[in-house]
Amino acid sequence: MSFLRITSPHGHGPMTTTQVMQMVLLATLPGVAALTWFFGPGTLINIAFGGALALACEYLVLRLRNREPTPYLKDYSVLVTSTLLCIALPPYAPWWLVMTGILAAVILGKHVFGGLGYNPFNPAMVGYVVLLISFPLQMSSWQAPRGLGDMPGLSEALTALFLPATYDGVTMATPLDLLRQNKGLLMEDLYQQTPQFGQWAGVGWEWVNIAFLAGGLWLIYRGIFTWHAPLAMLVMLGLCAAIGFDSGSSESGGSPLLHWLSGATMFGAFFIITDPVSGATSNRGRLLFGALVGILLYLIRVHGNYPDAVAFAVLILNFAAPFIDQYTQPTTYGHRPIKEDDE
Amino acid sequence: MNTVFGIHGGIHPPEEKALSNPGTILDAGIPPTLVLPLSQHIGKPSNLEVGVGEHVLGGQLLAAADGLVSVPLHAPTSGTVTAIEPRPVPHPSGMENICLELSCDGRAQWLDTSGFANWTEEKPEVLVEAIRAAGIAGMGGAGFPTAVKLLAPQRAPMHTLIINGTECEPYITADDTLMQVEAACIVEGAEILAHILGVERILFGVEDNKPAALAAMKAAADGAGRPCEVMAFPTKYPSGGEKQLIEILTGKQVPTGGLPADLGIVCQNPGTAVAVRDAICDGKPLTDRLVTLTGRALARPGNYRVRLGTPIEYLLQVAGFEPKENRRLIHGGPMMGFALESSSVPVVKTTNCILVPTEQELPTPPPAQACIRCGLCAEACPASLLPQQLYWYARARDQEQLERHHLSDCIECGACSWVCPSHIPLVQYYRAAKGMIADSKAEKVRSDRSRGRFEARQERLEHETAAREAQRAARRAAAQKKAAEGGAEDPVAAAIARAKAKKEAAANESDPS
Repeated sequence: MSFLRITSPHGHGPMTTTQVMQMVLLATLPGVAALTWFFGPGTLINIAFGGALALACEYLVLRLRNREPTPYLKDYSVLVTSTLLCIALPPYAPWWLVMTGILAAVILGKHVFGGLGYNPFNPAMVGYVVLLISFPLQMSSWQAPRGLGDMPGLSEALTALFLPATYDGVTMATPLDLLRQNKGLLMEDLYQQTPQFGQWAGVGWEWVNIAFLAGGLWLIYRGIFTWHAPLAMLVMLGLCAAIGFDSGSSESGGSPLLHWLSGATMFGAFFIITDPVSGATSNRGRLLFGALVGILLYLIRVHGNYPDAVAFAVLILNFAAPFIDQYTQPTTYGHRPIKEDDE
Repeated sequence: MNTVFGIHGGIHPPEEKALSNPGTILDAGIPPTLVLPLSQHIGKPSNLEVGVGEHVLGGQLLAAADGLVSVPLHAPTSGTVTAIEPRPVPHPSGMENICLELSCDGRAQWLDTSGFANWTEEKPEVLVEAIRAAGIAGMGGAGFPTAVKLLAPQRAPMHTLIINGTECEPYITADDTLMQVEAACIVEGAEILAHILGVERILFGVEDNKPAALAAMKAAADGAGRPCEVMAFPTKYPSGGEKQLIEILTGKQVPTGGLPADLGIVCQNPGTAVAVRDAICDGKPLTDRLVTLTGRALARPGNYRVRLGTPIEYLLQVAGFEPKENRRLIHGGPMMGFALESSSVPVVKTTNCILVPTEQELPTPPPAQACIRCGLCAEACPASLLPQQLYWYARARDQEQLERHHLSDCIECGACSWVCPSHIPLVQYYRAAKGMIADSKAEKVRSDRSRGRFEARQERLEHETAAREAQRAARRAAAQKKAAEGGAEDPVAAAIARAKAKKEAAANESDPS
């Protein structure tokens, strides 16, 4: 009788790449729910529309590359990319904005380099930055949070997507915009005199960030990624903010709490810089990668031209990741310097 | 109680140990024929001492050790040698090797043997010689000749003997069973080894998923004549790797490229300890071993006492193999064992387990997906390597980076492949890459050698040319000097004068020169 020849190990653990991707999608739920609660159904519509486009785009590109599409579509990776991009997009964005972002992410960010696993940059952030540079006006129009403006319903959201010319929403400067534009107010007064500021950071934004933090912690608990990069990023961002806080003067860069709970901080820390393909790969490397993202994020937010900067910080560090990997190898068994008492 | 230390990484695959009912030893019986490979160990194959047609008794020497790193082979029962020819042996490549076929007569007649009445009074060299003569090779899996391990030029004074009863591979319970049933023999064997090595203490390392074995070993160790400690530690694969176990029990790491002996430590398997005891106390050579026959394709899984050379197809019958749904036959455990192509190969000294899983139990792996560098492999790696990087460099055949990332420290435990969500057969890439590096190193040695030869030849030729040149130059100089000294003497006249002088000399019967 003849038997199959397969090399060891013969068993396999329960985890699959598809499950990894599904869990990441699942972990975005609290954050998406918070975005929907505070800014209406725009984000949900973006995610649904963007996801359908992304699947179609992935299918076509795989056919063009002479690959059998089904196994690749089943890995859910393109849905993760499109969902992360659509979460980052302003709700009530026009269809062509979403489409341009998806095409840039899937084709430029992923397939031109060889598809999943070969992309040097985070595909969602490639799509985001293409849009941010090309369409700065549309990309900076954020819906006013619940309580500060009319909340659009489902039909308004669909109108905004497909008939953008006829949609007239209420947009408002985000807290990070206000912080950057602030010239004369003490931090304390800024919080009190501007309705967009809530208890710790921006109204709505603080809860959105807490929700993404919760989803991210769940992913760490499930072992999908390690704590190194997120913690390093948040610690360095907090440290920079503490140094630049300037005791809350009118020149202040904002408190650590404001930075932690504003904009895309938590989303970036747990869903963007943890992308394993384009990030640093060892735990030491992830610490360094996260820390550098944290510093860059603060510098661009406070001293740069953009109110938020997760995408820029991540893409710049994506360039550095292979270099970081070269110098952050863990100490292999048996390579520890021998101590005196080992002799 | 010594504390135990943690190791990096590791995984918790389903243990499946209860399947083979640890704690009971069954007898596999005497098959009609035994097939005995002459090379069941690391080192040179042994030299035949018997011929075809010869009748042998159990325990009789069939083949003698060839040199230092080799072990002899003995008949596991009485019978007639019916063939000596290449046969398939258990090896990942499915290769053939010289084997001796023994047709058993079923009478199990044995040579009378006797051991040392009191081994404590014997010199270590005498005992090592007895261990060598008994044909003992490490029974944990590698099959390194035990006598060589005991004799190895010791770079540091030995202080600790570790008996590795970890058995972290899923499914296998042979060592567990041995520890439960023959704990006293293991301890006595360990004491003999300790006596030979002159070590102060013996540590028995056992994972905490074997409470019965731990209790039996603790009871037996209490009666030992030197400091013995049975140490339990948390169950985790691959804690039983020699390097990992040393770190767990002592907190020290074997330096890369080094041996446990560099730390003053020697590791042995419980089966080897029992074989040593049998050889020293009873004079009995190694002719059988415990084999776990397990997997859900077997109706009667269990731990069987198997005579070496027993064909695996015979064992499958004994254990009630149902062939319909089976696709794989594994020599060893599910993590590090290798798949056999044919069940005609025999049990050898290193066979600790035959695993016959059903397709549901260990499914055929699906096609590999892309590596997303998720790093789960790096979290699982017990050697703290970066398997995801090694994978890319192995694919790129980037030898320099593979060496920089310490590929040679990979113990091929398979933890990385086990956790890989993309089902990439990582270990296979590392084996191939190691082979590639070994090839290119061998190639470099060869080319260095031929370059050396070429350069030596060039040098020799240059020397010879230079020497000839120098001779010629000297002759020329001498001639010129002579010519200068002799003024404008006519060379023809000079020649005539020389000839004349010669003639005169010949006439005077003296030496012409």
